[in-house]
Amino acid sequence: MPVTALTGSRVRERRLALGVRQADLAKAAGVSASYLNLIEHNRRRIGPAVLTRLATVLGIEVGALEAGAEGALIEDLRAAAAGDAGARAEVDRVEDFVGRFPGWAGVLVAGHRRGEQLERAVAALNERIAHDPHLSAALHEVLSAVSSVRSTAAILAETEDIEPEWRARFHANLHGDSERLAVGAEALVAYLDGSDQAAEAGISSPQEEMDGWLAAQGWHLGQVERGEAVDLGGLASGAARELARAWVGRVEADVAAMPLARFQAAMLVRGADPARLAAEFGVSVMAVMRRMATLPQGEVGLVICDASGTLVFRKPVEGFVPPRFGAACALWPIYAALARPMLPVEAVVHTLGRTGRRFRVRAFCEPRYPDGFGGPELREAAMIVEPEPGGSDGLQVGSTCRICPAGACAARREPSIMTETTMGF
Amino acid sequence: MTRQVLLIEDEPHIAEAIRFLLGRDGWAVTVLADGIEGLAAVRDRLPDLVILDLMLPGLSGLEILKALRGDPATAATPVMMLTAKGQGRDREAAERAGANLFMAKPFSNAEIVAAARGLVPPVASP
Repeated sequence: MPVTALTGSRVRERRLALGVRQADLAKAAGVSASYLNLIEHNRRRIGPAVLTRLATVLGIEVGALEAGAEGALIEDLRAAAAGDAGARAEVDRVEDFVGRFPGWAGVLVAGHRRGEQLERAVAALNERIAHDPHLSAALHEVLSAVSSVRSTAAILAETEDIEPEWRARFHANLHGDSERLAVGAEALVAYLDGSDQAAEAGISSPQEEMDGWLAAQGWHLGQVERGEAVDLGGLASGAARELARAWVGRVEADVAAMPLARFQAAMLVRGADPARLAAEFGVSVMAVMRRMATLPQGEVGLVICDASGTLVFRKPVEGFVPPRFGAACALWPIYAALARPMLPVEAVVHTLGRTGRRFRVRAFCEPRYPDGFGGPELREAAMIVEPEPGGSDGLQVGSTCRICPAGACAARREPSIMTETTMGF
Repeated sequence: MTRQVLLIEDEPHIAEAIRFLLGRDGWAVTVLADGIEGLAAVRDRLPDLVILDLMLPGLSGLEILKALRGDPATAATPVMMLTAKGQGRDREAAERAGANLFMAKPFSNAEIVAAARGLVPPVASP
């Protein structure tokens, strides 16, 4: 019998050769029979852990089960065929095809990959336009002014018996809105003029890509909790995969030091105080903050910055949205912590803007000396952000200057594209 | 009886225009600019109609809508949402949460008056 190129088929061949029933093999390898059935028919990729267990039970080297380069090519061709069902590719003869025309098969797979890459790029561009805070704030500003102008002008035009005081008020409103419209339209044009530079710089930074990848998983890596390997295949760029790998490494260490059930129980008993929890688990305060912000269904935001103040991690919560690119608000308490390493900083902040909220934030900074006494001091600061409803007091902070509505702000770096409208009455 | 409408809208000029239009159409109009105060006012006054902007300081229009629908006293109160173009996803969420009607900005004056009448028809006075 010829050895087929695919891992699943090899598992099946070996099992049948040994005369083992599918259910028995599944049980011995610790997977369900239906899952093993999918594996044997090459309908599921096999993770390294499961593959190792199957190889052990079948008394065979892992390498003998693993699909070779040819197998990978075949799997890619199957994926290409699955993506274009209308083309009716002869999937059952795929091994024959690869064997006879390996070059053409490679060309086909490369084309398929390129198509997928371009699709991702288009999706990323769409996403960027839809979520660009500058663009949506500028558009909202213009749209609001237009609504007001339309309604007010129609009242003035259509109401014949309008009282003089109402008429005066609406005229003043109209004047205020037209000013606002002029400024808003200018801001929009300036933005669009500059946007082609941004497009040349790349679709998204590796940082943005990794944040998006984590957001898509609810910021919680359940695979790590279950002791499974994390698949980084969803990340398009190698740089983003590098960042994600480093993050996963940290999460693995955090999970090992603070197992989920124990950590949640400790939060109930001790309260959600990162310093207390750090003492309890014998870990750093920053590690506790990471753990708190990445629990399943968590409502805790987290930002992490390095010594330059650059945000290297941004998990938003409703009402507290870190800027997707560029620098954050200089008033954030994380920067107070950055300047005073190892001192806990706690504050109540109120975010400015149309969807502003009140939050309790706790920030902490830890220096590191990876190259020893003679090396540079590296700092990293983290800030967890938890909703604190009720009341309206607290330090007023923004997201980033360009879209911050604060009128007089001592920390302002650059003018905002949002204009302050003075009420016309 | 005069129909009561509570308008929660933080754009002062838009709020003023709506107040004028509905006032002329015989409504008693109350305006609030903040989400948290707005929700408290609805619970306090139990108006015949609520007009709700989607983007508000304090609490978003969507959160207010969910709170109203979750409270037996206001579960059936008609709610008109003011949306801006480009808030498609928010609008879908509001539709699921039980908004009765959407008015996209910029709206026409006749539209919004007719929509309010459609949700709470005027009662002919004896």
